[in-house]
Amino acid sequence: MGGGLPQFARPMNAAPISPVYRIPHPLPLDSGQELEGAEIAYETYGALAPDASNAVLICHALTGDQYLASPHPITGKPGWWERMVGPGKPIDTDRHFVICANVIGSCMGSSGPASPAPDGQPYAMRFPVITIRDMVRGLVALLDGLGIARLHAVVGGSMGGMQALSLAANWPERAVRVLVIAATARHSAQNIAFHEVGRQAIMADPAWADGNYYESEAKPDNGLAVARMAAHITYLSEAGLTEKFGRRLQDRPDGTKGAKSFGFDADFQVESYLRYQGSGFTRRFDANSYLYITRAMDYFDIAEEFADVPGSGKLADAFAGTQARFCIVSFDTDWLYPTAESRHVVHALNAAGAKVSFVELSAPHGHDSFLLEHDQLDRVVKGFVE
Amino acid sequence: MNLRPDLAAIAAHVAPGSRVLDIGCGDGALMAELESASGCDARGMELDGALVERCVARGLSVVQGDANLDLANYPDKAFDYAILSQTLQTATRPDLMLDGLLRVGRRAFVSFPNFAHWRTRAALMFGGRMPVTRALPVSWYETQNIHHVTVEDFRDLAAKKGAKVERAWFFSGEKQIGAPAANWRAEFAVFELSR
Repeated sequence: MGGGLPQFARPMNAAPISPVYRIPHPLPLDSGQELEGAEIAYETYGALAPDASNAVLICHALTGDQYLASPHPITGKPGWWERMVGPGKPIDTDRHFVICANVIGSCMGSSGPASPAPDGQPYAMRFPVITIRDMVRGLVALLDGLGIARLHAVVGGSMGGMQALSLAANWPERAVRVLVIAATARHSAQNIAFHEVGRQAIMADPAWADGNYYESEAKPDNGLAVARMAAHITYLSEAGLTEKFGRRLQDRPDGTKGAKSFGFDADFQVESYLRYQGSGFTRRFDANSYLYITRAMDYFDIAEEFADVPGSGKLADAFAGTQARFCIVSFDTDWLYPTAESRHVVHALNAAGAKVSFVELSAPHGHDSFLLEHDQLDRVVKGFVE
Repeated sequence: MNLRPDLAAIAAHVAPGSRVLDIGCGDGALMAELESASGCDARGMELDGALVERCVARGLSVVQGDANLDLANYPDKAFDYAILSQTLQTATRPDLMLDGLLRVGRRAFVSFPNFAHWRTRAALMFGGRMPVTRALPVSWYETQNIHHVTVEDFRDLAAKKGAKVERAWFFSGEKQIGAPAANWRAEFAVFELSR
């Protein structure tokens, strides 16, 4: 891939391309396989202190990427957490050296199913199935490459929070502070169920072609869009959807007032919104990456990783002896990773004797609240990361 | 640091370097004092999210939680001290909460407003109404104090639970007073217990 964006996602303009770190050793994976020559694309913000003590690793969510606080090269939109990260922001790049890397399995420059295999052809479904811990292995390799032995903090929301927890459990000496927002230590049956809907939508698209669509004109965009639409609903709340769309009808493209079409156009605003979200997503995301990353999330269960016998794991064992400080944040309207999941993590950390803070914030927007305007979240993040 | 008198009494008697759980830690004033002045490893629990946020913002480790439910998640003797200040009378079951305190802490500090203070007695006796006093400023219908307790009641409960009263402090307003007739004279009491 040579540091460029994969073919399917090449931007039309000459957008800046992230630096790419090539992991100098085969990356061992939970499946037992190894990934040779794995590459990690990343962005950094701020300056690393001479003693490398001010590094903050921010882990991105399922469909996120390394463009944390700089414009996305394909969409041109601002970085996904620009409101949180930057000079004078709660995570202050005047003080901290902030790193955000595209996870293994994704499609914005890091090794994933769209990357060329040793035979020069895209891996497609030959890419090994990865786990959250494998993603974190890749991130730890990047930290080694950057000369950062110990992070001032690791921070993540949603799947990013899972990575932060995984790093704290598996590499406890690598982070002084661990901030986990709107996340969980295990994927629930409901979480897996929604992901399965998305995967089936992709795989039911004839253009998916068993994952071998990279050379063909037709891409499984319809399947990927449906996957995104279903997932997007889980990121919102009923009250949020009602407030934003209600039962309002969508105006027609020719400017006429919205009316029921007695057909199957996007009559309702919420339908139009979801379709827009779905199709926009296919411009920047690879369908196979969506399969791999959702699979990694579904496999995620930290307690199980630390169990001697399958099913016997206690989450507290994963954090035994940790010296890190933890801060766990949930949102009251998040039904994807509800507060109960965060409490489960907090109870385990208490049982392990860890220094832990926990707060449930009130926000109307469900799971996505962690990405949106929230003064209380800003103060908690600032106070904890400072 | 200007601590409330009951908190100051507790802060002065927690051994330096101890592991402490402050239940109902509020804005974390006592925790901050214990960490900065006594080098303690302090953890807190607080129901009110806005107060938790203030604690986290000042670098304290505080969990938003309900002591009635969440104390059960801490291991036995996880702390040198478990502290319950001005919260016992709000518990669903103060007796069970006391059990919890003495389970997670080797010692416990408990402070509470004394319902047998003469002002309270006078208000009830002569006013014939639920007392609203300096120590109990909220009307019966909106107070969080659902289990009013007196100094003597608390001694009885401690004895029933097999807890030993190591020390006790009594206050009238800001002023510390002696133990004699404390059940009449004390607006607030602080007990240090062990089991």
